[in-house]
Amino acid sequence: MDLLRKIGVPVAAILIFLGFWEFLVWVNGWPNYVMASPSDLPDAYIRFWNLFLTGSWQTLWRTVAGLGIAVVAGTLVGMVMGFSRIARDGLYPLLVGFNAVPKATLVPVLALLFIGQHNFNTVLMAFLISFFPIAVSVGIGLSTLEPEYRDILRSLGASRFTIFRKIALPKTLPEFFGALKVSVTLAFIGTNLVEIISPHGKGLGALFLSGQTNSNYPLMFAVLIALAVLGILLYYAVVALERIFAGWAERPQG
Amino acid sequence: MANLIEIKGVTHAYKTPNGPLPVLDGLEIAVPEGEFAAVVGPSGCGKSTLTRLIAGLMKPDRGEVWLHGRLVKSPRKTVGMAFQNPVMLEWRTILQNVILPLEIVAPSMPRKDRIARAEELLALVGLGGFEDKRPSELSGGMRQRASLCRAIVHKPDVLIMDEPFGALDAFTREDLWQTMHELRAKEPFTAVLITHDLRESVYLGDQVFVLSGRPATTQYVLDVTYPGDGMRRLEGLYTPEAAAMLATLREQIQIAQGRHPGPAVH
Repeated sequence: MDLLRKIGVPVAAILIFLGFWEFLVWVNGWPNYVMASPSDLPDAYIRFWNLFLTGSWQTLWRTVAGLGIAVVAGTLVGMVMGFSRIARDGLYPLLVGFNAVPKATLVPVLALLFIGQHNFNTVLMAFLISFFPIAVSVGIGLSTLEPEYRDILRSLGASRFTIFRKIALPKTLPEFFGALKVSVTLAFIGTNLVEIISPHGKGLGALFLSGQTNSNYPLMFAVLIALAVLGILLYYAVVALERIFAGWAERPQG
Repeated sequence: MANLIEIKGVTHAYKTPNGPLPVLDGLEIAVPEGEFAAVVGPSGCGKSTLTRLIAGLMKPDRGEVWLHGRLVKSPRKTVGMAFQNPVMLEWRTILQNVILPLEIVAPSMPRKDRIARAEELLALVGLGGFEDKRPSELSGGMRQRASLCRAIVHKPDVLIMDEPFGALDAFTREDLWQTMHELRAKEPFTAVLITHDLRESVYLGDQVFVLSGRPATTQYVLDVTYPGDGMRRLEGLYTPEAAAMLATLREQIQIAQGRHPGPAVH
């Protein structure tokens, strides 16, 4: 019963959404090139299934690689900001300014800087776009650690590293995963941004672009749906990790 | 010298944007081994600073803090701390929370012995059977009991408590006072208790130190002679002797607040 609700409800929601979409296209009499309808999509998937598979894999691994680097770098910068006031004061405006720059404007910059290094460019963009929430959340998590938490171990002569490992790090995990949920979607957007704006024939973004050049509108919509599915998968992978490592923060309901 | 804790002429000021803020001024406190010292005083008179000084978490501008005949310069392993916030680590079970200090102080202690030690203490405070619960599943009073176990699990010579019962309701607080006496009977330690509750100070303390308003100095020391023999009992708080001690303390607090025709503080 519980399982039925957990799976059945979201599936029903998706079906209702698809039905509404189909209905909207039918009622307005939109042709394919204005708005494809869900019933056009299976055909596109069947025709280009091998392109979808390779494209999804390329998008996926570059997103995960960029996110992985963002996790490591973001945690390190967050630690520096969390432990040192000076670093916090110095780095914060820089980070905010950096985050405020629209990442689309960076695509040509990166493309010129690392000319021809498509994989590298894409991973770098996924990293750049997803790094900020992680750094900020780790920094805030560490700097707002109540002094008592530190004192129970410091009064026993524990080193800073021990305090970090035993208290600060686990206590920050819920905030970290909150940020990771935002970052995973951002990294995904970053990857696609490069794939679409800076064409090099790889990933789902490139498939989208080729759909556009060939005026294959159902293919474009099929790519959008594939991107959505991939995004959902990535997001729930993070949720699963959160359950494992920070499940304690979840209170039983009721 | 039989005094386990000696605070000699401790003066301290915090740096603030508006200049130094003196909090302690020539504080003198001596606690003999095994005794329980309660410290009371007006709000913001530097009582919490005192706990951090004894724990070696900070150094005074002037004066000395001695523990066990040794000058305190940095944190030592022989101190236990409990705060108003029970500071439970939510990702650990109650048992793992109590074990925490042993992981720092006695890394070589076998796991089995650590668990046995923690279980023994938890049973002593009435938390037997709750070892594997998460802190979030326990009430405030139970969390504070676990916090006390953690503060003494490594058999510290000094237990420093900063208003540990301040956030609890009156009945739970009285239960915990009783628990405190039971713990002391089985696990001898020297204790410093910061409190705002005069009844608590008289019920738990062997001596009550009244601090003056900020900057705090030792204004008055009350030697508690609790009615009845052996284990203290709550009924003792409703005797004329206890009433007299409480009246004295209340008067001293009023002087410390500068609200009495006694010696002015400001």
